[in-house]
Amino acid sequence: MAMLYTVNKSPLERNALESCLRHATVGTAILLIEDGVYGAMAQTAFTPALEQALQKLHIYALKPDIEARGIQDKILPGIALVDYGGFVDLVAQHSPVMAWL
Amino acid sequence: MKFTVLVNEGPYTHQASDTAFHFTKAALEKGHHVLRVFFYHDGVLNATALSVPPRDDRDVVKRWSTLAQQYQLDLVACIAAAERRGILDSEDAKRHGLEMDNLAPRFRISGLGQLVEAAIQADRVVVFGD
Repeated sequence: MAMLYTVNKSPLERNALESCLRHATVGTAILLIEDGVYGAMAQTAFTPALEQALQKLHIYALKPDIEARGIQDKILPGIALVDYGGFVDLVAQHSPVMAWL
Repeated sequence: MKFTVLVNEGPYTHQASDTAFHFTKAALEKGHHVLRVFFYHDGVLNATALSVPPRDDRDVVKRWSTLAQQYQLDLVACIAAAERRGILDSEDAKRHGLEMDNLAPRFRISGLGQLVEAAIQADRVVVFGD
């Protein structure tokens, strides 16, 4: 079963997402939550790294956190948005689940 | 599926406890079994009965208590982390010669063994922190 990482820090603030992408093996799922959703934005300094990661990883972002930050119109294509129920489903479908704190 | 949730951050300073709450609620609403929510480190601050947020803000502590009542959810605060931060149940307060206790309804205080046990018994452990 594939792994799920959760990342809750902006890649423009900390390197959690960057090191997560570096360690993740093909097919791993990554869910961006809280300030981590800034990592899902298009046209930022981090966007090229994420575009590259999308070729081998499944990347999700928590919709309520995206909307709370008003960035819903700036999300990179290829990123799947989930609500809290979708978060629960991702946890159920993957193992182990690791928070990249 | 059986879940254990670990909360390592206190309310209002960080979003972690909000996310943990919404995740736990969604899991219960989907019919999953949440074996235990364990509050560790500053996470024990989710368990103070003396929290009085402004009326136009969410009441994080009460929200946990209500969810626990609705779903018979087991909310456990780590005893060592709680005592350090001034979160005490009546038994704890008595043992330390203190006149008051402040553990919020439906929470209980216990040891780290409760986290280990819940982690072993659950299919998934989900961690929320800073």
